[in-house]
Amino acid sequence: MNSAVSAHELIKWFGEGDAKTFAVSGVSFEANFGEIFFIVGPSGSGKTTLLSMISGILRPNSGTVAIDSVEIWKLNPDRIAEFRLNKVGFVFQDYHLFPRLTTAENVAIPLILKKHDWDESIREAVGYLEIVGLKNKAELPPVKLSGGEQQRVAIARALVSKPDILIFDEPTASLDGDTGRRIMDFVKTEVLNDKRCILIVTHDSRIFEFADRIMTMEDGKIVGIENRRDGAE
Amino acid sequence: MNGTLKLAFKLLVNDKGKYAALLVGIMFAVFLMVQMTSIFSGILAKSSSTVINLGAQVWVMDPAVNNVANSIPMPDYVLDAVRSINGVKYAVPLYSGGALVKLRSGVFQSVTVLGLDDNSLFGRPELIAGKIEDIYAENAFIAVQDAEIRKLGDIRLGTDFELNDHRGVIVGIAKVTASGLFGIPTLYTTYSRAIQYIPSTRFTISYILVEPKNDDAILHIQEQVKRLGYQALTKEEFMQKIANYYKYQTGLGTNIFIMTIVSFLVGLSISGQTFYTFILENLEKFGALKAIGAKGRELVYMILFQATFTALVGYGLGVGLCTLIITAAKLKVPDYSANITFTTLAFAFVMVLIIAAISSYIGIRKVLKIEPFDIFRG
Repeated sequence: MNSAVSAHELIKWFGEGDAKTFAVSGVSFEANFGEIFFIVGPSGSGKTTLLSMISGILRPNSGTVAIDSVEIWKLNPDRIAEFRLNKVGFVFQDYHLFPRLTTAENVAIPLILKKHDWDESIREAVGYLEIVGLKNKAELPPVKLSGGEQQRVAIARALVSKPDILIFDEPTASLDGDTGRRIMDFVKTEVLNDKRCILIVTHDSRIFEFADRIMTMEDGKIVGIENRRDGAE
Repeated sequence: MNGTLKLAFKLLVNDKGKYAALLVGIMFAVFLMVQMTSIFSGILAKSSSTVINLGAQVWVMDPAVNNVANSIPMPDYVLDAVRSINGVKYAVPLYSGGALVKLRSGVFQSVTVLGLDDNSLFGRPELIAGKIEDIYAENAFIAVQDAEIRKLGDIRLGTDFELNDHRGVIVGIAKVTASGLFGIPTLYTTYSRAIQYIPSTRFTISYILVEPKNDDAILHIQEQVKRLGYQALTKEEFMQKIANYYKYQTGLGTNIFIMTIVSFLVGLSISGQTFYTFILENLEKFGALKAIGAKGRELVYMILFQATFTALVGYGLGVGLCTLIITAAKLKVPDYSANITFTTLAFAFVMVLIIAAISSYIGIRKVLKIEPFDIFRG
């Protein structure tokens, strides 16, 4: 079976000359379908930069990224955008829900961007809100929801386009411990499946128990990958 | 509606406060621009009222004449010379001048007197009371039923007044297409009575009204009149000359132009600033859309749609408000000079599109600059 994500010798620097700083230095790893893969490390270790390169948002200076065997950085910008729309689901740290849209409309955004019919998209979005237990809040604006509920709306929005790769950026950073655990329980039991890979960037050690593997980064390099299922690698 | 545009629409109109501010900004800009230009257009139309009302195709005058009220009298031989030009079907003299009449109440009132050719009465107005042939009666004058007629007192058929020691009698009340600019009543009489009653210079013909045999003859007539040292203008050319006078040789045009530009800048600054704030507040969301997979051009379409939609709604509201105000003003002030013309509307429309273009340009620049990576970095 193909790797869900395959990164090879990724390098990314910012600035030039004396100001040149390596954010990611020669990182290679693979994440598989059916696993929750954590990327952890201190601030400035390059986690977010790595995640951005993997998801087709930030072009690496060198190295390759293959998602389900497709080398994304060989595609043109429009195709990369389409690729993100079809293959990658994002759950941002601050959720980035539109306060002026209803919850259902927020969830439907990826479908609308995929040129699906508006009403059909809303119907499908309500279906996903049902999965995350928020069907009764479909007509409310996100500001009327709690932090945990907004997180679940963001998850529903990430799921609605049926992506192969789900990317969570600090999913529990804005949540209390109990809500964070409930969200991760939900992700593990309801969102993860054999055809999906979940990449999570986090600082929150309280949720490490939900990881199948944990990759630790420091100064733009991998310092270790821990297999939580079968012991350390 | 396309889903992406519907998304843009909802993002715009659901932010009620900002949407209202955008609409108010554009509405007032349009209102001020249309109002200013309509007033100017109304003034220009009134300034050419005599030309419009008399309806002659070609007007012969001294080249120094710059508006219809300030005619320069021409000698009688010019009339004969014009009549002898090939292509002239007929040519008649017109007297146009100011006079002071003493009303029965003892009040003196300025009037404009138009003396029509005795034989043809060419340019005669449509009467709503009396008979046109009564203009040949002794001391006969016809008053024009416009906003200024009340200044002649309680006027009716048979009302008399005094003009330069001559008795004048109203024998008809006429209606005309356009009323005058200067707020004084107009009286029609015959050419011969006009020059007899009103103190005149050595020459008495204010204008020569020419009917050409056909349109092709006009150019020839103009050339021949030029040889005489005078100027022949078509009705439209004369109106344009008058308009140019008010536009460029009085402060009127410049002031209206400045006010219109100020209105435009006010509208631009209000809507530009509000739209910019709207984009700034949604910038991260646009970045999130980019991260999810929206293409740059889709975001550009969304912003263009939002700006255009707001501009068109604001334009409609502005034109509606202006129409309402002008209609109300005309009901209260019958002589109120403001005309909303297609040119005025087209001008305001173009200005609104410019406002929309500049506002959206600022927003588009911001949105295209935002990197989805910045969303991840927070």
